[in-house]
Amino acid sequence: MVERISPWERILLARHPKRPTFSDFLAELFENFIELHGDRLFGDDPAIIAGLGTFENESVVIIGQEKGKLIQEKMKRNFGMPHPEGYRKAFRVMKLAEKFSLPVLCFIDTAGAYPGIGAEERGQAWAIAQNLREISLLKTPIIVIILSEGGSGGALGIGVGDYIMMLENAYYSVISPEGCASILFRDSSKAPEAAEMLKITSEELLKLGLVDEVIPEPNGGAHEDLHGTVENLRKSLRNILKKMKEKEIKKLLEERWMKLRNYGRFNEEEVK
Amino acid sequence: MFKDWLKKDDKSKFRDIPDGLWVKCPQCSQIIYSKDWNENFKVCIKCGYHDQLTAYERIDLLVDYGTFKELDKNITPLDILGFVDTKPYLQRLKEAQESTGLKDAIITGEGEINGIPVYIMVMDFRFIGGSMGSVVGEKVVRIIERAISNRKPVVSVIASGGARMQEGLFSLYQMAKTSAAVGRLDKERIPYITILTHPSTAGVLASFGSLGDIIIAEPGALIGFTGPRVIEQTIKQKLPEGFQRSEFLLEHGMVDMVVERKRLKNVTYLILSHLWRKVW
Ligand SMILES: [Zn+2]
Repeated sequence: MVERISPWERILLARHPKRPTFSDFLAELFENFIELHGDRLFGDDPAIIAGLGTFENESVVIIGQEKGKLIQEKMKRNFGMPHPEGYRKAFRVMKLAEKFSLPVLCFIDTAGAYPGIGAEERGQAWAIAQNLREISLLKTPIIVIILSEGGSGGALGIGVGDYIMMLENAYYSVISPEGCASILFRDSSKAPEAAEMLKITSEELLKLGLVDEVIPEPNGGAHEDLHGTVENLRKSLRNILKKMKEKEIKKLLEERWMKLRNYGRFNEEEVK
Repeated sequence: MFKDWLKKDDKSKFRDIPDGLWVKCPQCSQIIYSKDWNENFKVCIKCGYHDQLTAYERIDLLVDYGTFKELDKNITPLDILGFVDTKPYLQRLKEAQESTGLKDAIITGEGEINGIPVYIMVMDFRFIGGSMGSVVGEKVVRIIERAISNRKPVVSVIASGGARMQEGLFSLYQMAKTSAAVGRLDKERIPYITILTHPSTAGVLASFGSLGDIIIAEPGALIGFTGPRVIEQTIKQKLPEGFQRSEFLLEHGMVDMVVERKRLKNVTYLILSHLWRKVW
């Protein structure tokens, strides 16, 4: 570890214009990728890419939030901010994984679920809640990788799993630091202070037990060294998938529940 | 049907506005005698505006008199992250506790609804905007675990602005924790009814709040994932009248029904009597 990078600097790295997006990791980590479109209910959400692929000769289901690169693609993908149909597509593809006993890999990179009229009309909250409930019961291993931005409920909507990994320069937060600053500090320019308070960096979240592993980004970060970052991620994925494969589904689900059950810290006063 | 309610008139906790005063309806500005306001469960007799209820008022409204037993009162909040904004989180907690008499934003317990034994959890918006942190998540899960062991239906009443920012990612994870618990309840085929009141938004709606087998909304409640101000800022246009209100959600197929407050207890009872008839 070199000198400490402040939480705000991490956020700037996570949002760096040259930072690789999900599609870069998709191309580097997987072969034979077949994209699957649509939620079978309303439409296809380009903010979430879902499909089948192979990871080191094993078939897996891959789901990821994609922000896009050039401006036209960014607009098409709504800057990686999903609508309800995105969460519903992700879930229907997860059901496919369950049916055919394939592990699921979810890649997170979103500022948040899209705040818009259509999203509300089609039940953004309902789509996310149903994912949280149903993914917690999905009978196949689920690995979650926070790539860059882990923006609140929009990230968590595909973020329930058995093992949570986070790239070193990613952040994961209950609210954007800007949003927190404008609500709690009553001054959106206080975002760096809010970022400090919210404990959103990979290092801090690992320490708090809210993520399971941090993937180091060598040579200045993923935007400088995509290959090095991918190789670190590949190694970790290989290890965890091997462990997951050996686990009985019943035990996997029990452990997933206990993991979720135990999030939270509070006082429990003795009852007189 | 509201004999329980009427019987206990002088013991009612609907007393934060003493009798003999006048109340101005926040919606239509009608001046109403406070006794009438309280007796109509804080609903405006002129325009139907549903004012917010405290958690204990809500329990008075829904649970048979004398049957409510509070549970998990001893679960209290911690400042996990050492959070300070314009005020330290600990101070915010203390102020909220002093002004409401509550320990956190939810009251949970057991009781009966027209004789049907239920577990009930009720959020209180006065406590830091009804926000969900570790205490709310834990109390929700404990109630659901009891409901599974003792096979009793669960009723939840939502009044929340979302996750509690001061507990950081712990708060976000309460969404997953509570939803996973509802998933276990679901598998046990035990009824879960959610009642959405003003406001029911963000992290609480996008978790246990919208996962009811039956979802009831009170008239005029703001119900949505993102608050209207943020949406307006994002799309740079004004939102239409009635957007994200209960009636809008009904029209879009997101809630089963919109029920006015005076019918709420009986409708909840009727639903339970259909879904749970073999067991109780
Ligand atoms: Zn009125």
